Amino acid sequence: MSTVRLSLLRGWKVRTGLAVLGFFVLLALAGPLLTAAVPGLDPRANDLAAIGLPPGPGHWLGTTQFGQDVLAQTVEGARGSLFVGFLSAAIGTGLAILVGLPAGYFGGRTDAWLNFLSNLFIVMPVLPLILIVAGYMQGTGLWVIALVIGFFGWSGGARTIRAQAMSVSNRDFVAAMRTLGEPHHRLLFHEVLPHLTGWIAAMFLHGVIGGVMAEAGLAFLGISDSSAISWGTMIQAAQQQSAVLRGMWWWFVPPGLCIALVATAATLVNFGVDELANPKLRTARRSVVRRAERTTAPDTAPDTAGSDAR
Amino acid sequence: MTPPAPHDDLLRVTGLTVDYVTDGDPVRACADVTFTLRRGEILGVAGESGSGKSTLVTALSRLQRPPAVTTAGSIEFRPRGGDAVDLVTASPRTLRSLRWTSVSIVLQSAMDALNPVMRLGAQFADALRTHDRTLSRQAAWDRAAELLTTVGISGDRVRSYPHELSGGMRQRAGIALALACGPDLVVMDEPTTAVDVVMQRMILAQVLCLRRELGFAVVFVTHDLSLLLELADRIAVMYAGRVVELGTAQELYEAPRHPYTRGLRDSFPPLRAPLRRLTGIPGSPPDLRRPPSGCPFHPRCAERFAGCDTHLPDLGPAGGDGHLVACRLYDAAPGRDRTVTLEGSAR
Amino acid sequence: MATTAPTAPAAARRAVRTRAPRGGFLLRRLGFYAAAAAAAVVLNFLLPRLMPGDPSSAIVEELQRVSGQQVPPETLESIRAIFGDPDENLGEQFLAYVGQLARFDLGVSVVNFPVPVSELVLQALPWTLLLVGSTTVLAFLLGTGLGVVAGWRAGSRLDSVLTPLTAFLSSVPYFWVALLALWVFGFVLGWFPLSGGYDPNLTEGVNLPFLASVLHYGALPAATIVFSAFGGWLLGMRNMTVTTVREDYVLLAQAKGLSRGRVVLRYAARNAMLPSFTGFAMALGGVIGGALLTETVFSYPGIGYLLFEALTKRDYPMMQGVFLIVTLATLLANLLADSLYAVLDPRIRERG
Repeated sequence: MSTVRLSLLRGWKVRTGLAVLGFFVLLALAGPLLTAAVPGLDPRANDLAAIGLPPGPGHWLGTTQFGQDVLAQTVEGARGSLFVGFLSAAIGTGLAILVGLPAGYFGGRTDAWLNFLSNLFIVMPVLPLILIVAGYMQGTGLWVIALVIGFFGWSGGARTIRAQAMSVSNRDFVAAMRTLGEPHHRLLFHEVLPHLTGWIAAMFLHGVIGGVMAEAGLAFLGISDSSAISWGTMIQAAQQQSAVLRGMWWWFVPPGLCIALVATAATLVNFGVDELANPKLRTARRSVVRRAERTTAPDTAPDTAGSDAR
Repeated sequence: MTPPAPHDDLLRVTGLTVDYVTDGDPVRACADVTFTLRRGEILGVAGESGSGKSTLVTALSRLQRPPAVTTAGSIEFRPRGGDAVDLVTASPRTLRSLRWTSVSIVLQSAMDALNPVMRLGAQFADALRTHDRTLSRQAAWDRAAELLTTVGISGDRVRSYPHELSGGMRQRAGIALALACGPDLVVMDEPTTAVDVVMQRMILAQVLCLRRELGFAVVFVTHDLSLLLELADRIAVMYAGRVVELGTAQELYEAPRHPYTRGLRDSFPPLRAPLRRLTGIPGSPPDLRRPPSGCPFHPRCAERFAGCDTHLPDLGPAGGDGHLVACRLYDAAPGRDRTVTLEGSAR
Repeated sequence: MATTAPTAPAAARRAVRTRAPRGGFLLRRLGFYAAAAAAAVVLNFLLPRLMPGDPSSAIVEELQRVSGQQVPPETLESIRAIFGDPDENLGEQFLAYVGQLARFDLGVSVVNFPVPVSELVLQALPWTLLLVGSTTVLAFLLGTGLGVVAGWRAGSRLDSVLTPLTAFLSSVPYFWVALLALWVFGFVLGWFPLSGGYDPNLTEGVNLPFLASVLHYGALPAATIVFSAFGGWLLGMRNMTVTTVREDYVLLAQAKGLSRGRVVLRYAARNAMLPSFTGFAMALGGVIGGALLTETVFSYPGIGYLLFEALTKRDYPMMQGVFLIVTLATLLANLLADSLYAVLDPRIRERG
């Protein structure tokens, strides 16, 4: 296991991804302290002397149409966005395990019903569904938004968990323990579940990104808590105040870039995990291919992927 | 067996070395492999998993991909009525013209070797029509049906998808496919490990019968030495990427020289001979990332003596005509001359 | 990621079963989608009834306020059927609701009183289908094509630049890309109009200037959708191709001396795209969500914009109607994708 972890950390993709994610998590945790400690960095204060200013010395990332500091809002927004991301991912992952694990483990009729349920949620257009539900629920805080996103975003994960749980449950040691009369809940949570840790971790990471994106999308469509600050509400406010038509790019570029960075970081980590799980992908790494090219004499290059590479 | 005649050599492999490039040190999967193959001959290559025999298959057919890289040696191939070509340095163009018409291949699992989304006939037809541009689609499919009948599969099966055939049928279809363009050499990589014993015997009988009819040569790679003892004319035994013994099937069965060959012979029940006591080889194959010093077999060898752990033995003559062994037990053998070890004493 | 390795006994069973009846797979999928459609109808029926308060009364009041007159009794009845009547039991209500749907009566829009919701939906639907349909297919083809190239040349310079770059591009939130594009190409450069689906000064219909304006107005929304969506396909296809290229049947195809194009297309890509195709079906639900955002950014006269407007103006009948249609359309698209999959993979037809 430790060698697995070591080789995971060796790739630049995973390292970069984790570093970026770590940075934003720190920002979310320490952000409010930072904005409180540094004068002029209050995300909610309206500086009427500085309305819609481009980036400059007083306000590094400029100000909004309401005279709020964009940098301070971006820092504060990290907290809001990541809060929704983590909470919705936790709910979504929890539900995915709750549905996928018994489906894969018990099989038969249990599986048929649970699988039908997750397939149903997979084919449903989730965003409109969330919109409708949120539309009926007047007044929505970040909590409610995270809850709704998590509640409607578990289906893909459940399918993965089900498939993996099925393959683990079919292994000999589980079958043997079943025959020995080990209770199901013990087998499920102490034998099968630990084998799925990697999948669950990857799913959770996926869920965080999905949550951040969904929150931003919902905020953009007007489903948000007007008092809360997240990257999504920033973009929404910018859109509502026609920041595009006023040319105030500094208002909507930073939050969007932050979302993109977090999502890219997660994608990079998942890339590394995929390479670990699938050795075939590892042989396609640039470093390996380059070394193979160097070792091969030019006229003996194989008539395959390698020769195309140059 | 036909008497040795140089112009009869179809394949002359000299010093073939294949490395696997990794992030760390390269792993040598085939080291200094040297042998010759005569026209129409069946050469068996035996070895445990990790002995480099599968790497040899892809290297011989120039199908290896990074991270596998041929770093040294030559594969001189002399097609019928053509000039000798070194397969290691041949251009992709030359190579493509030789593929299937001169060298074809049968892979271990036909389930994986056949395209699951194409009908059987289409997989024959594209090979046939690539090498004979004048062939019509209909004629190619007819020929495919004909080829299937030669291995005992009903011709109407050309319309089937691979998953609709049984394992044995797929494997035989793979062999029929390999013979589609009348090759001089068929490389077979464990073609019978995925099927049951009855099917195995049937397939081997078919291969022998077809070879008699069509005269192609075979390099037959397997971990099952007893199978080779029945099928092959000559056998090369590989260990840790090296050929440790090379001789006729009879020599290897009656008088194996290398302690590893002996161990291998005694660990399989013979297919058609009185039962004898089976013994395994203690220990496990070496980790090629950290090959042992000296003779790679010495950690498992019961007959090792001082120096085996430092000196790498060469492949040299051991008694009989063309019988070669790489073991220091025979260094003092009469007539053994180290200078001729590389240049095919097999000839 | 959710690739499932068939268990050994299952594989054995499959190997034994030869030439099972065809079409079983599609029948089962058809059954599933029928059930899913029923579930969508039930969901649509239950949602307003589960919510706090009495949406029907609120809507009726709103209608009276907007129109300034008494709501006609048949409209009242229709609203009661869709949004619930606290005085009637659920069973009867459901029957009334289904009857209502059978007549394609989705109620009356509050904002656009007295235009029926069904009429507005039917007007908007072609715009969305055109925009989303064409861009989805285009993004799939582009991403899959580039993914095959990147995967076939895995580890090459092209791959080592294209793949991380795509990972970044596909991580950018869609509506943000749209906003940027609108700002750069619409506002700064002025190449494209800032909103709408066609030039309002032209007469609608099949005439050249009108069609040209549709293309002109649609270009930017379409480009942003393709830009955001192709990356996902590229990454998936690239990894699948890397895996597939190392399969024995691709090795054998090369050994046969087939041309490189044939090996890549008929052997590697043909098989590598199968999981992508499953993903394609799964992505359709998300596509509709994406359309919602696109149409909002560009004020495109499609069904997504309709939903957005309904949402911001709390036009509940419109919300319900659009949601039902969107759900049913998604299910239908999924069924089509499944059928296509069955054509592409001969194994699935029998497995079911």
